[in-house]
Amino acid sequence: MAIIFYMASAIAVIATVMVITRHNLVHALLYLVVSFLAVAIVFYVLGAPFIAVLEIIIYAGAIVVLLIFVIMMLNLRQESVAQEKQWFSGKIIIGPLILASILLVEMLYILTSGEPAGLSENMIEAKAVGMSLYGPYVLGVELSGILLMSGIVGAYHLGRQKKKVTHRFLEKKEE
Amino acid sequence: MDDAIIHRLWIIAGVLAGLLIVAPGLIWLERRMLALWQDRYGPNRAGPFGLLIVLADTLKLFFKEDWIPPFADKFVFVIAPTIVVVTVLLSFIVVPFAPGVMVSDLNIGILYFLAMSSLGAYSIILGGWASNNKYSLLGAMRGAAQMISYEVFMGLSMMGVVLLSGSFSLNTIVEAQKDMWFIIPQFAGFVIFLIAGIAETHRLPFDIPESESELIAGFHSEYSSMKFGLFFVGEYLGIILISSLTVSLYFGGWLGPDFLPPLLWFCLKTFAFICFFILLRASLPRPRYDQLMEYGWKIMLPIALLNLVVTAGVILMYK
Repeated sequence: MAIIFYMASAIAVIATVMVITRHNLVHALLYLVVSFLAVAIVFYVLGAPFIAVLEIIIYAGAIVVLLIFVIMMLNLRQESVAQEKQWFSGKIIIGPLILASILLVEMLYILTSGEPAGLSENMIEAKAVGMSLYGPYVLGVELSGILLMSGIVGAYHLGRQKKKVTHRFLEKKEE
Repeated sequence: MDDAIIHRLWIIAGVLAGLLIVAPGLIWLERRMLALWQDRYGPNRAGPFGLLIVLADTLKLFFKEDWIPPFADKFVFVIAPTIVVVTVLLSFIVVPFAPGVMVSDLNIGILYFLAMSSLGAYSIILGGWASNNKYSLLGAMRGAAQMISYEVFMGLSMMGVVLLSGSFSLNTIVEAQKDMWFIIPQFAGFVIFLIAGIAETHRLPFDIPESESELIAGFHSEYSSMKFGLFFVGEYLGIILISSLTVSLYFGGWLGPDFLPPLLWFCLKTFAFICFFILLRASLPRPRYDQLMEYGWKIMLPIALLNLVVTAGVILMYK
């Protein structure tokens, strides 16, 4: 199992780097999907099959599809690739690189100082996840539910259109 | 290697061979059935009952020019048709064909199927986008919207069965139907699942992404030869998948009276649903795109939620 874990994590890291460095947006999103799939395998190996499947259903299956949907609507072609190339110059990478390398040093310190955690043997079933979500964490579930609800109401408000009247005699009656 | 792994490899090979033989055979079945219902003969010249038309069709697809349009995004264009076949074939991992005859009894079986079917949507979206063609793009956009929205209540409708059997594993679900098939307590769930399943495989009457009469085959207009063939095989595999899942979830899977072996019961029930899919194509007109979405969100979603709440309430009451 350990070798699967390391392979999947390596794929996740490489795919994520590719997401950042691609100039074509759809190609970048495809690498993002690969990265999500790899992370799902990492979750599965770590003993969380329920989260692994949710990762695929929600992130790879719904959110990235919506992102691609938006990109298709915008119909970005060669111009956007050129613009992306221009924005993604050598200078812009310095800031994130410094921040990321600090994190890397921290991570290496943690990994070398303590004992390796090792892969857990016990699988956490979907039932256990549900029990803890609706037990100790019920407040978080309800708050995120309210957040989603407000998002839906907001989207409905923005997307609502006035009733269109196409006939000139009907125009004054509808307000 | 120990015996268990070899046994499992045999099952994988058997399932794969069976599916890849049956899927092209469905083309013949579909054409003959459509002909029967429309009072004509259908393909009847090549071989007995025209069965060799399957071979002729496959050969024809192989020898056609495999053309990638110069304006297409080559990389994405090539991988798009493989995604649908791979994801549908991977979904068959959790289908219990008979006691002991299933590739893997995952304890998250149903969720795994949902994950694979949501990945299958990429095939249409990427195929349509990579073709770089207005009609294909329209088809891809319709396909994306349709598959995302119908997946929501496909998942919700299956939760009724999960509540009744107490497990995501399809094997446990089939065994829980020993006394009563879930079609009786879960009739609303069954209807919603079947409709969402048809939308998921984008078969008529929900074939909005490819509707020939308005979008000239939609997302696969630019595809030819075996790349088109893969989309086609993926669609038929999808029909088999949805039929076999309907059977496992609501019609007792391989359960049946003893005079026939379980595998045969499973195949017979699945065959009946495949024929139902074809009959739908022969008899229903295609709705308008906005009607399809409205129907999904305004009718199917509330019914699916109501079904879930009522089922949960009844179970809590009798517990």
